[in-house]
Amino acid sequence: MTTTTPPITTQGLTTGKASRRPALGDAKRRLTSPWATIAAIIIAAIWTVPTFGILVSSFRPRVEIQTTGWWTALQNWGWTTENYTEALNTATGGLTMLQAFVNSFAITLPAAIIPLIIATLAAYGFAWIDFRGKNLLFVGVFALQIVPIQMAFIPLLQLFSRGELFGVPVIQAFGSAGYAQVWIAHTIFGLPLAIFLLHNFIAQIPGEVIEAARVDGAGHGQIFFRIILPLSMPAIASFAIFQFLWVWNDLLVALIFADGNVAPITKLLAQMTGSRGEDWHLLTAGAFIAIIVPLLVFLFLQRYFVRGLLAGSAKG
Amino acid sequence: MAGFLTWLSTLSPWLEIPIIIGVFVAAVAVLLFFIEVAPREGRVFTIIRLAACVLLPLGVMWLLQSYTWAIIAAGVLGALFFWLDLRSRGGVGSLFQLFGFVAPALILLLIGLVFPVIQTFGASMLNSRGTTFVGLDNFVWIFTQPQGIRTIVNTIVWVLIAPIASTVIGLVYAYFIDKTRGEKVYKILVFLPMAISFVGASIIWRFMYTARPADAEQIGFVNQLIVWLGGSPVPFLQVEPWNTLFLIIVFVWIYTGFAMVVLSAAIKGVPTEQLEAAELDGANAYERFMNVVVPGIRPSLIVVLTTIAIASMKIFDIVRTMTAGANDTSVIANEMYQQFRSFEAGRSAAYAVVLFILVLPLVIYNARQLKAQREAH
Repeated sequence: MTTTTPPITTQGLTTGKASRRPALGDAKRRLTSPWATIAAIIIAAIWTVPTFGILVSSFRPRVEIQTTGWWTALQNWGWTTENYTEALNTATGGLTMLQAFVNSFAITLPAAIIPLIIATLAAYGFAWIDFRGKNLLFVGVFALQIVPIQMAFIPLLQLFSRGELFGVPVIQAFGSAGYAQVWIAHTIFGLPLAIFLLHNFIAQIPGEVIEAARVDGAGHGQIFFRIILPLSMPAIASFAIFQFLWVWNDLLVALIFADGNVAPITKLLAQMTGSRGEDWHLLTAGAFIAIIVPLLVFLFLQRYFVRGLLAGSAKG
Repeated sequence: MAGFLTWLSTLSPWLEIPIIIGVFVAAVAVLLFFIEVAPREGRVFTIIRLAACVLLPLGVMWLLQSYTWAIIAAGVLGALFFWLDLRSRGGVGSLFQLFGFVAPALILLLIGLVFPVIQTFGASMLNSRGTTFVGLDNFVWIFTQPQGIRTIVNTIVWVLIAPIASTVIGLVYAYFIDKTRGEKVYKILVFLPMAISFVGASIIWRFMYTARPADAEQIGFVNQLIVWLGGSPVPFLQVEPWNTLFLIIVFVWIYTGFAMVVLSAAIKGVPTEQLEAAELDGANAYERFMNVVVPGIRPSLIVVLTTIAIASMKIFDIVRTMTAGANDTSVIANEMYQQFRSFEAGRSAAYAVVLFILVLPLVIYNARQLKAQREAH
């Protein structure tokens, strides 16, 4: 759960050519030998082939997948979308993959938006309201990022399922009430990183802007709503995408907090791998259904995506 | 609250999403309204403030269906807070505003992270049912039985190999494609696995590793390569002790993209003059890389290495999905879950504590490097 990269590196993928420094002259161009290019192509191929393999396989008839390699797909001609229909309707532990796919959305959207709003509020408080012990408290929140989330599982589960804090009942349990457990768990686990990142951004908003609004008679509520929110949209978008993907791709929190019929697709796939590990026509199609959403997000929102991912790359 | 959530869970998921988000946004809007009017003078606003101070905590505890004494205690605390706010140095309403902004996050963190961590430390010294104090028995158990030692050793192997492999490949690749035509496409291809879930990646690679009997046609690509080269198929996930290595490859496949993107940006920051000077001195491409580029991006290298090391220490999904810890491939996070599943709360907590202690120095070092790197820029 550490934050990783300084602002400068977050330009990432998008600035292939536009370097901060003047482009290298001849010295640099001669440096890239044909061997380097060949090596790069080989690495790129190794990194692409596995995904390509399951994409191709997921459209091949079941018998073909089980008996011939996907690289022979052109010789053993035959394509089908049957795998996808079957995978979506196959139940594992009383839940079809289609339902799990819907669950993933139902878990992920609230679990990305709720922590974001709470964290933006807190980030503003830490950045623009002065109070005693502020720095200490903020360091405390920052330090929470180092806690592996495993440390919180069992006690949090006891709170949800029995309403107990330190073994003393305090609230009524809402254990199995739908997605609530997962939402709350993801919200809490997402907060330290979100507060830290958003604080860094919000604290850099020029003080004069806020002062001007204050002179005009705006209170903290209006300043937050009219100035902070619109101005920090880039940071909010980056974190929203990061949290969305983190929750969507998460398995660990789902295994602990999403029981029975609220399981997301990752959990279902992991179970399916255990119980039907050789049914490759289902697994390839299933895996592709699970990764299609992050892939689309990646391809369409690349800039925010890279920024967000770099920022939270060791979360968990 | 339990009632509302139960009702909510009977709806279609597509309805649940807007309802829960809508309810939450409405609650935040109310909070912001109170924050906005808090510092205003006049009796009406004082009454509004008093009402908010007392009724909000009462309402929250009532919604959570807490016990009567707890609800009353919350109300009393709210009244006390109103009095403190009235007399606060920053003027009336200043405490109220501050509280409105930071309290939701801090309360959640306290209940969801701080308390649980303390509890987990405690639970690691209790027996499986959490009834008797057993001292360090759970830790002794981990470090004395072969399975436990194996788990720790595997985790260490992960931390030693995964970060170095990802970083080296990412660095070399970033250097090779630097300023070539199609750099962006090259980057996307290698970064793509970062978008895929570990579960998805695990299935992709289980398929790559699939082994068929030697006389049958192979359907796993890696084994097909081996057969083409004249070998016989290997059941990759079952051969000890190499199977851990094959799991690490999946992780490297994912994290190389991360290393590549960060280091690529760093390489672009190496001053051109230094490279040109080295070339004038007669340094060849390899020498320039080792003597100019690598020292120039050292801070980024360290950050990348430690970040990936932290991630690999906490690795869970890949092991869980590909082998579930079978054939001696288990790691700490997987074992923690395994013990939790078999209702060994004490041992599970002990594994969590071991993970915490192992990861702590790395995280602190990583944070320091990050800070130093940020200040240098």
